[in-house]
Amino acid sequence: MNTDLRVRLGGLELPNPVVTAAGCAGSGRELAQFFDIAEIGAVTTKSVMLEPHAGRPAPRMAETPSGMLSTTGMQGPGVDVFLQRDLPWLLSRGGRAIVSVAGSGTAEFGELARRISAEPGVDAIEVNLSCPDPADPAGRRFADDVSRAAAVVSTVRSHARSDLSVLAKLAADVPDVVALATACAEARADGLSMINAVRGMAVDPRTLRPAVAGGMGGLSGPAIRPLAVGCVFRVHEALPEVPIIGMGGVRTGADVVEFMAAGASAVAVGTINFSDPSACVRVLREFTEALEARGVSRARDLVGAAHRPGVGV
Amino acid sequence: MSDYGPVQVRCPVLNVRRVDAYYAITVVAPGIAERFRSGQFVSVAVGGDHSSTLLRRPFAVHDVKPDYGGTIEFLFSVRGTGTAWLAERRSRDLLDVVGPLGRPFPLPRDPVNCVLVGGGSGSAPLFPLAQSLRRRGCRVDFVLGGASADRVFSAITARRIAETAVFTTDDGSFGTRGRVTDVLGRVVEECRSDVAYACGPMPMLRAVTAVADTHGIPVQVSVEETMACGIGICMTCVIPVVGEDGITRMARSCVDGPVFRGEQVRFDDVGTIPFDALGAPGWKGAGASRSTESARDIA
Repeated sequence: MNTDLRVRLGGLELPNPVVTAAGCAGSGRELAQFFDIAEIGAVTTKSVMLEPHAGRPAPRMAETPSGMLSTTGMQGPGVDVFLQRDLPWLLSRGGRAIVSVAGSGTAEFGELARRISAEPGVDAIEVNLSCPDPADPAGRRFADDVSRAAAVVSTVRSHARSDLSVLAKLAADVPDVVALATACAEARADGLSMINAVRGMAVDPRTLRPAVAGGMGGLSGPAIRPLAVGCVFRVHEALPEVPIIGMGGVRTGADVVEFMAAGASAVAVGTINFSDPSACVRVLREFTEALEARGVSRARDLVGAAHRPGVGV
Repeated sequence: MSDYGPVQVRCPVLNVRRVDAYYAITVVAPGIAERFRSGQFVSVAVGGDHSSTLLRRPFAVHDVKPDYGGTIEFLFSVRGTGTAWLAERRSRDLLDVVGPLGRPFPLPRDPVNCVLVGGGSGSAPLFPLAQSLRRRGCRVDFVLGGASADRVFSAITARRIAETAVFTTDDGSFGTRGRVTDVLGRVVEECRSDVAYACGPMPMLRAVTAVADTHGIPVQVSVEETMACGIGICMTCVIPVVGEDGITRMARSCVDGPVFRGEQVRFDDVGTIPFDALGAPGWKGAGASRSTESARDIA
């Protein structure tokens, strides 16, 4: 059977639904040692900031059950190096690029959107709303204030080239993820990426101190998958017209089926890239086999199946 | 995907053996063996395909042999559930191994005198290095240390392949009581060492670098940082390293290392972001407005 794997996220068409999650694939170069980066739907880059960032002190990582806790503090070389070195490499290999941007202020998000838009070949900009908002006295994230998050999305949308899709990357550990999603959609986000790592802590059993520097880290991996699937389901229910890239603990092709059934149009592979550098192509293969086994000829027919009684077998 | 980059392979276990306080596993991995250069490491998935223990364990390669098309051996101590699972492997079990990873030890062009300094299981990568150096006509001397006699790894092999081998233990149960750096200066002088190589815990590498500096010889250190991915994408294994341009960067131990020139590692600042590191809060290149906004709370 010739399965049609193409999926559509608003104006963005991808050859298949498997993409990488921001911060879990660099800009594709390292993973390209293990598979052809052009084979997967797209590479979402590590969040790019305007200036170089050294990130957080070590220890930055702790292993937790079915997951990991990490806090890299957005270490990166800044947008100049990204545009000179990383993005051209990805595009030269035929990779589709979703560029994740992180600003330390709404204006910086706008500037990043303008810089990224000047580059031909980029498919979409993903707005990382899990950065701390410098204008917030408590140092909360943009995602923690629905109106501030919407303002960032709106700024990126107005600075981004009109043919570029703007995706809002949502945090799940907020009071009302549907309200956040709705505000981002109303701010003209073309799609939503969800979810980001969830804040948590592990205590080192020996030192009885927090296991990662700074105390809190982002929990990722299969441990958060049901939380992520639940968020995708609820947001798709409320906003069925808004395309979603679902992510959070994807490990197998069956997980892609699950996220798509919950309402995702594409699915990102994140933490599993760390433990299995071939994961993206393996997951894509397993997903294709799962469709064939179910007799589904078009991948996009799965989207939202969990909302419609009688679709499954 | 390439002839020299790492590969991910399911390798049959040839054997698992106890070596004093450690375990050594040999796997059949021709693709890794043929690409391997001394100082590189492998990362091994633990717990099986559906394990709740996600992260790979990095291990220095201790031995490479041409048997069965190419085998590699790595050494580990049982520290948690992952390594306990590894210790229970039996021959013909399959292990998911990625390698070879990281930058190898640079080898001298000329046949010079090399002193190889190892602490605990950190001695492991020094054995293939010794073989490579010997093939180039270099003189090799070993200084190996550990907490106790059963943690000084492969003393017999060290004696066999090196010109001289000196051992130290913290408890005095084998060799000289004390640290490797207590005897290193004397070895460097007696053996007229031209270059040092070291692998072990960070405080040992720092002390070895200081001794090498005192004697005016270059030292290559191989760090043992915890890491999640081993291939350069997770950004969790960083240490502050001074580049050729004099700028400190948070370098990834897995792909920028694990081998660094000793004097380039800012040992005093490991575990911190030095204020003058590229992109540190307040870094001179950063705008004044941004200098007050550290990367705090960004997960």
